[in-house]
Amino acid sequence: MTPSPTNRLTSGGRIDRTQPLSFRFNGKPLQGYSGDTIASALLANGIGTVNRSFKYHRPRGVMSAGVEETNALLTVSGGNGDIPVVRTTVRALVDGQLIKSPSGFPNVNFDLGRVLDFTHRFWAAGFYNKLFKWPSWRWYEGTVRRMAGLGKLPDGEDGNKYFHHNVHCDVLIVGAGPAGLAAALGCANSGARVLLVEQDHELGGSLLADGAQINAIDSDTWLSRTTSTLEDAANVTVMTSSTVSGYYDHNVLTITDRSTTGVVRFWKVRAKEVLLATGAFEQPLVFENNDRPGVMLANAAMTYVLRYAVKPAHVMVVATNNDTAYRVAFALHDNGVRVPAIVDSRENIAEEVSKEAGERGIPIMAGSVVLDTVGTKALTRVSVGRLSNDGRSTVDPTSVIACQGLAMSGGFNPNCSLYSQAGGSLRYDAQLACFVPDEEKACRQRVTVAGAANGKFSLADALTEGARAGSTVTGEAGFACSPAEVATSALGSYHLKAMRITPTGDTSRQWVDFAHDVTVADIELAVRENFVSVEHLKRYTTVGMAVDQGKTSNLNALTLLAELTDRSVEEVGTTTFRPPFMPVPMGAIAGPQHGDFYAPARLLPAHDWHVDHGAVFENYGPWKRPEYYATNGRDRETAIREEVLALRRSAGLFDGSPLGKIEITGPDAGEFLNRIYVNNALTLKPGRVRYGIMLSENGIVIDDGVFARLADDCYLVSTTTANADHITAWLEQWHQCEWPDLNLVISTVTSQWAVATLAGPNARTLLQEIESDIDFSVQALPHMTLTTGTFLGMHARVQRVSFSGEMSFEISVPALDGRQVMETLMNSGGDRITLIGIEALTILRTEKGYLHVGGDTDGMTNALDIGFGGIVARKKTDFVGKRSLLRGGDQRKDRRQFVGVEPLNDNEELESGAHFITSQREGRRSQGVVTSACFSPTLNRVIGLGLLEGGFARKGETVTVFDDGRTFDVRITDPTFYDPGGEKMNA
Amino acid sequence: MKGYSFLSLARQALNRHQGWPVAWRTPELKKNYDVVIIGAGGHGLATAYYLAKNHQIKNIAVLEKGSLGGGNTGRNTQITRSNYFWPQSAAFFDHSLKLYEGLSRELNFNVMLSQRGLLTLAHSLHELEGIQRWANAIRINEIEAEILSPIEVKKLVPLIDIDCRFPVHGGFIQRRGGISRHDAVVWGYARAASAYGVDIIQQCEVTALNIQSGRVTGVQTTRGTIGADKISIAVAGHTTELARMADFRVPITSMPLQAMVSEPIKPCLHTVVMSPVIHMYVSQSDRGELVIGGGADLYNSYAQRGGIPLLQENIAAVLELFPAFTRLRLMRQWAGIVDITPDTSPVMGLTPLQNLYISGGWGTGGYKAIPAGGDTMAYTIVHDEAHPLIEDFGLARFETGALIDEGAASGVSH
Repeated sequence: MTPSPTNRLTSGGRIDRTQPLSFRFNGKPLQGYSGDTIASALLANGIGTVNRSFKYHRPRGVMSAGVEETNALLTVSGGNGDIPVVRTTVRALVDGQLIKSPSGFPNVNFDLGRVLDFTHRFWAAGFYNKLFKWPSWRWYEGTVRRMAGLGKLPDGEDGNKYFHHNVHCDVLIVGAGPAGLAAALGCANSGARVLLVEQDHELGGSLLADGAQINAIDSDTWLSRTTSTLEDAANVTVMTSSTVSGYYDHNVLTITDRSTTGVVRFWKVRAKEVLLATGAFEQPLVFENNDRPGVMLANAAMTYVLRYAVKPAHVMVVATNNDTAYRVAFALHDNGVRVPAIVDSRENIAEEVSKEAGERGIPIMAGSVVLDTVGTKALTRVSVGRLSNDGRSTVDPTSVIACQGLAMSGGFNPNCSLYSQAGGSLRYDAQLACFVPDEEKACRQRVTVAGAANGKFSLADALTEGARAGSTVTGEAGFACSPAEVATSALGSYHLKAMRITPTGDTSRQWVDFAHDVTVADIELAVRENFVSVEHLKRYTTVGMAVDQGKTSNLNALTLLAELTDRSVEEVGTTTFRPPFMPVPMGAIAGPQHGDFYAPARLLPAHDWHVDHGAVFENYGPWKRPEYYATNGRDRETAIREEVLALRRSAGLFDGSPLGKIEITGPDAGEFLNRIYVNNALTLKPGRVRYGIMLSENGIVIDDGVFARLADDCYLVSTTTANADHITAWLEQWHQCEWPDLNLVISTVTSQWAVATLAGPNARTLLQEIESDIDFSVQALPHMTLTTGTFLGMHARVQRVSFSGEMSFEISVPALDGRQVMETLMNSGGDRITLIGIEALTILRTEKGYLHVGGDTDGMTNALDIGFGGIVARKKTDFVGKRSLLRGGDQRKDRRQFVGVEPLNDNEELESGAHFITSQREGRRSQGVVTSACFSPTLNRVIGLGLLEGGFARKGETVTVFDDGRTFDVRITDPTFYDPGGEKMNA
Repeated sequence: MKGYSFLSLARQALNRHQGWPVAWRTPELKKNYDVVIIGAGGHGLATAYYLAKNHQIKNIAVLEKGSLGGGNTGRNTQITRSNYFWPQSAAFFDHSLKLYEGLSRELNFNVMLSQRGLLTLAHSLHELEGIQRWANAIRINEIEAEILSPIEVKKLVPLIDIDCRFPVHGGFIQRRGGISRHDAVVWGYARAASAYGVDIIQQCEVTALNIQSGRVTGVQTTRGTIGADKISIAVAGHTTELARMADFRVPITSMPLQAMVSEPIKPCLHTVVMSPVIHMYVSQSDRGELVIGGGADLYNSYAQRGGIPLLQENIAAVLELFPAFTRLRLMRQWAGIVDITPDTSPVMGLTPLQNLYISGGWGTGGYKAIPAGGDTMAYTIVHDEAHPLIEDFGLARFETGALIDEGAASGVSH
């Protein structure tokens, strides 16, 4: 046949003929109108084959007019890269769009891949499990991978913007078809906050292609009046082009909102009550070659004719097992499509429909089913056979009907995805031959289902049930409301015959899942091989696992499975529906959480000041901290070395603001900390500071730091920067869950204070030059004490604690004053003060042998392994982790213990991450790890720290180290390389 | 068991596949078995298979409350690797990987092992040191690991944005690591075990254990009481429940772990990429879907569904590393229940009850352990003594303190 230049009707439809749009399909320039979807525009141009099938590369045409599309999943370019897998049946046509078929080599009309179709018998379900074992899967994988996939990863920048929104409502109505609209009408002006969400860009659902009368006016008029009423109602928010995709616990639902071009909004709705009016999906009939271009769902054919003014074909056979397809046949006929026959598997046809068919002169072939279709790229004819009396076969003769299209209806299946996600159960309704919500069984959420989604497939029933449900859920949400008045005289008969699968023919050519090319034969094979649980059938044949998630294939597959295993469909059951209902762009899920907002950087109070002083920043957890200062153009290595030496010789200034600071206040603060710390917290006197460690229940060291007693009932806990949040949560957990009787408050004050640490032999002299009422003398403020006072006119806390091993003062001032303190100290000190970055501090503390929890300890290091045995033994009262330290395994002498390490050969590069290994003779095995290593500028040699099996007793021993294939010898030492007596620190 | 081969497929293709036998039998439930295994997931079926194959025990039942492979075996992200830190773990998991390497041929069932390499990323100098420590440990354990510079990472996986919020400082790759097809593994074991005469009983839930003077004698099920000389528990996600029936406690908490897939696209990612710190891992399946996972949901639950916060965090992490994925759509999201122990290593071996054995606490990493788990548990059941490879993974370690903390090596922290 020669496709006509256009299949567009001259009048009717909801398209705007004054706004023509140009687009290209596989390079060919075509035209559509505003209001078209891409699919309707393609059909209007007589395009039959739009794509090739996934496995067999068969030509495929548009199959549906909705989200259930399995074939017309094309690549669309529209200013934002080539987007694959676009459901062209719901995507609006845009001027200038480039549409491409993702598959077909060399092109979609002639595809060499079709050879797989001609050899299809080899590629039955699970063939890959039986093949490709020799020599190994690796040999075949590349080829198989290249054949899969429905398009390419988009390249170029993503021009979309993604936003997140949160909203609360009393009633969420999902779907604005007849039931949803009737429900919303009732709750308009009830006072309840109502959210009505529709995935189409227009409200109406099936009414957009109907033509029935509602409340004695035509449905188009009723629809536009209803739309205005709802838009005017102050308490109703209408969202279009928005798909409710997920239903999560506590009545939280997610919406993907594409109502603004170039923007995708991801909504989280917390609804008091949810009404699902999500409609139903028409199910295909299964017969030989039911996948050819030109074969489409009946209601899709009706939608194309009535909504888009497109004839899907000039001559269309209608095949059905129920009454609804008659209305489709009439609509087609009335719009100039010749309908040579209605093929109906039912023997007795209700007079109300057969009479009308007769009036139009459409012949009905009762008790008949489609056997096969013919046509290479487009349909040319179908063959029809009469069912035998038992319905298990067909009898001759076969009729052949010339046609260009076939509209099929296997009846409807409620769209229960969201209901199932909500935890609702489904039951099989044998009369309707589909799964409907099981209202007998409780659902864990506040959810109601109405309309076609609840098995009410006629317009009248959907309207009535929608109106009633709207009023009920609004009442449940606490608002008075009576049902809206809606009535229709539309034809509502259904009379479904539970038969969708033609009983004869080559089952390997009868498609159940168009998207994954799963045939009846595949399901038969799965059953033969005992993959008879639904989950096994799904995974073995991949039926229902394609991008449509089985919207038009699951029901037929389950029905077949039931038949083939002599079970009822109820017994077979369904698989669980998983979110999302429709795929959601990943960018929308992440929303603005990317780049700088992925994990917003935390900046020091004096960040800009550090920038001005040449700081080179690095990420330390969420913090940006100076790694070193590139003053005078120094390189990294030089800078770090000079910073270390400057601090040891005179004084270094370090910004310690991110250090975790937690205040514990209350009469039981001491008791609480005494249970948390390995150390005794009760004996600490106000104004004194103690170094302590915290353990997990397993005795593992989880954090260290100093804690100070500010007053009898107030402690200041310092945590490591990385663990600050975790430790706060940890303390809260113990307080709230285990010891709620203890009277105290835990407050994080980390970001309230800026901390300037001045350390070095000249630190005291320098501080004494600054205006302050604090006595910095060693008598008044010795090491491990704390005082408060005024410093530069600011309220300040000064702690004598040291991480560098030098005399050190930690000056805390209100965060906003941080910059001023740093600046004044630097200006006043001049050459005598050097700024110190993290890397220099790391070297300083390694020289001193101070450990870094999480670096020098790991998930196996307990308190005893780092030399806390004495403190543990002395503490009589219980603390977190104590019980674990009593276990034999925790007290073994050969545990990995904290040691110092130095290479025998000074030139050897010792690096953190190297392992101590046993000698070859014993069989090579790790005995522990070098956890820190550096070149010490102070000592002018390489030093390191580590965890070594039995390390406490091995000082002086020579041990072999393995690093990246290299081995060399090191000496085990005490971890304290610098000032072991502590004279400098205590000065 | 009729062999699967090119020849048999060709023959069957001509015969319209009419002659294929069942993959596994649907047997009648017997009154007594030598060994009853609770749970027909990967571990349970592999145990049955190795009992039959290596120890000639044929009178075995594997009981499953749902359908076989329906738990975590069918829900995980299919990653296989042996890049573990501690020697005990390395020995065990590498044994597993080696069994995986021969599994398709051994089971005569293609499990689609794709050793495409598993890349672990470091996002700071400190993490890089951790990675070096980890990679050295792996190499001392005689398993290969290769440190990569940021440039090499970029070359291997061009889609990674190495200058993201937490720039990539490097990483290491285990080239033998990769993915395989989880359903195929469980079906392969089921088919092979069934061929040895193992009875796989689906839709049969264990409701109680029969215990006589400290010794198990059988199980009560929804299909009646079954006598057993020995019983082994392999019920990921519900280990605590089964232990409760046996009246002993296991230090396990159960949480939902989510996984998700995108719509399928043409091959674009050829390596499994993990970032323990950004909390995500991603690979592309042979079907073309991106398979994504991350950290567990932060609450205890038996409900096999995930929440939104973790979903968002997980996707944001993936996109931070792979900005090119923003326009791909997420197609399906689900969750399994993971059993987490205090040291994140499994609990395997004997129990306080005689003749009762346990394999659980697999956390987020049970799938890769299936072959070795089955092999060593079979030995353990037969000898009533832990297999040397799993001696250190017994329940007793929580009393003795000999923990094996694999926090780092379990991939994504909990």
